[in-house]
Amino acid sequence: MIRGILIGVLALGVAGTAFWGYQEHREKNAILINAENNYQRAFHDLTYQIDLLNDKIGTTLAMNSRKSLSPALADVWKLTSEAHSNVGQLPLTLLPFNKTEEFLSKIGDFSYRTAVRDLDKEPLSDTEYDSLKKLYQQSGDIQQELRKVQHAVLNNNLRWMDVELALASDKAPLDNTIIDGFKTVEKTVSSYGDTDFGPTFVSMQNKESSYKYLQGKEITKKEAANIAKKYSGFGNNVDIHVTENGKGSDVGFYSISIQDKKTKQEANMDLTKKGGYPIWFMRSRDVKEPKISLNEAGNQAIKFLKDNGFKNLDLFESVQYDNMGVFTFVTHEDNVRIYPDAINVKVALDNGNILGFSAEEYLQSNHTRNIPKPTKTKDEVRKEINPKVKVMDERLSVIVNDLNQEVLCYEFLGTLGDDTYRIFINADTGVEEKVEKLKNAEPIYENVV
Amino acid sequence: MKKNIVIAKVIFVMTICMICIPLSQNEGKVKAFSSQVIQQGAVGDDVIELQSRLKFLGFYHGKIDGVFGWGTYWALRNFQYEFGLPIDGLAGNDTKNKLVKATKNYKANTSSQNQQASKPSSQSQPKKAATNVPSGFSQNDIRLMANAVHGESRGEPYIGQVAVAAVILNRVESASFPNTVSGVIFEPRAFTAVADGQIWLTPNEQSKKAVLDAINGWDPTGGSIYYFNPDTATSGWIWSRPQVKRIGKHIFCK
Repeated sequence: MIRGILIGVLALGVAGTAFWGYQEHREKNAILINAENNYQRAFHDLTYQIDLLNDKIGTTLAMNSRKSLSPALADVWKLTSEAHSNVGQLPLTLLPFNKTEEFLSKIGDFSYRTAVRDLDKEPLSDTEYDSLKKLYQQSGDIQQELRKVQHAVLNNNLRWMDVELALASDKAPLDNTIIDGFKTVEKTVSSYGDTDFGPTFVSMQNKESSYKYLQGKEITKKEAANIAKKYSGFGNNVDIHVTENGKGSDVGFYSISIQDKKTKQEANMDLTKKGGYPIWFMRSRDVKEPKISLNEAGNQAIKFLKDNGFKNLDLFESVQYDNMGVFTFVTHEDNVRIYPDAINVKVALDNGNILGFSAEEYLQSNHTRNIPKPTKTKDEVRKEINPKVKVMDERLSVIVNDLNQEVLCYEFLGTLGDDTYRIFINADTGVEEKVEKLKNAEPIYENVV
Repeated sequence: MKKNIVIAKVIFVMTICMICIPLSQNEGKVKAFSSQVIQQGAVGDDVIELQSRLKFLGFYHGKIDGVFGWGTYWALRNFQYEFGLPIDGLAGNDTKNKLVKATKNYKANTSSQNQQASKPSSQSQPKKAATNVPSGFSQNDIRLMANAVHGESRGEPYIGQVAVAAVILNRVESASFPNTVSGVIFEPRAFTAVADGQIWLTPNEQSKKAVLDAINGWDPTGGSIYYFNPDTATSGWIWSRPQVKRIGKHIFCK
């Protein structure tokens, strides 16, 4: 009797486990297939977009008038961005595939800046036309290689999940067809070297310029430690560690970490070797309830910058995040605001301590500029503004435009409906360089649900 | 009959209470501004007061959310213009005094509204309903990044967490990576925390602060786009990247 019941229960148990196992197995497979499908979609989209890209670049070669050329180039730009996003969805991060992605971005940059240019006034130069031809040929090569991979994938039923596994295990020799195929694509691209995009093409990737305006002598580790001590405000009872930058950095710098022996508070900062300029400084501690206003904190920030020898600064933006105030300063020269020279300062609102400071942008771009007089008058360029915008404030300023050049602009602050816009209009050409919708406060969602 | 009288009395007392309590609450809450100068970007009770009073006068049209944004800024400037004050967009002493004087009826008005309004609670205590976010990012972006930072680098020093957030942002900027925060974070095999699900741990306040710092312009990594833990790195390739510096357990490279 008992045996019978026991057998019955066990049998039920076995059947239950089997059923559960089967369910799990099916679910796992469903998820795997789903993931696989996402990879497949990204991959096939990518090859399709490269196909289209090649076609489009081909057709632009035959065009001459602005009317057709500009939209076609804009199309190229859109395609590169889509292809780029699809590359990003493939599990290729640990595979050196950067060259291909950079190549895509370069085509994108090139097509964008030629698309937005007034091609009637400034048609494609011969070098630009040549580089377009070269791009056509190179994108053709990539297209060929990718098609080979695609063919292999379809024919042999290759799965991206296997690529992931192969990359993850890393021990097994990587003889995966997909990986090999992509390595070939990468090799093809690296052999292009730097395509000559013409003299006007300053690659956007060179944005992180290498602190070329820095002046002064190289400082020693000891000097660096002293400067850091001054910034931290911890006094003399401190532990200081100074390390030099690794080989991969474009600029020589010292990293200093400094700890107050008493309070165990820590501060970190980087200083350029040349001249000993502070790139950034940061002190971490818990900040209590705000006691001082944002305005007062701003004054502290201004005092701090003055004490450390920064001159001609305008407070550009002040924002309170809980119990911290973050301030952005920009320089001004003859009443012209220089936006690329930005400095950030973070102030604790409980006692007004400076908790952070970042001058990376400032150090990279600050130099004595020769700001030309604007050739257009304010009233002339004002006509370029959308008449629906109500202008509230105006000034002259220097910004870096989409083409990565510094340009002198009339800056207008205006409102349209409930939104505020910042509009920059080139003071020489009257071109609308930039229109920004300024951020409104974001509602807190937590209490809604 | 007697019961009815008792009930009527109770109801009478209760109505009086209902009318008086909100009134007296408002009476007790009479607070003008604190002595602080209020400027753009500020949050808190002073800003709520400022917005309510400007709205009362018809200068401000937005929501009373306690965040001194552009809408409040223009409203304040218009007020300063109309009342012959220097137009600086700062609510200093003169401006606040003028504003309080110009809105003498302001308190009475809200309390009378209270009596009539069907939902007095929302009127009597305006709550901070919004928050500052760095331009180009939403609270959700910040949360997602905080998740990634927490999953990747909890246990690292604060500066190391800012560094991880900075790497995510550098990748968004970089030509070799996707152009969105989510694209970078969810790029397959990019972050171990995403692959093994640690990204879905609830991030602590510190990782959120680290993300904010990184977004606000602090980059301790000198523009790095990779980092790895030399003790656990499985890929040999990562060692071939040019290294910039070491923070905590991670080596950052380009």
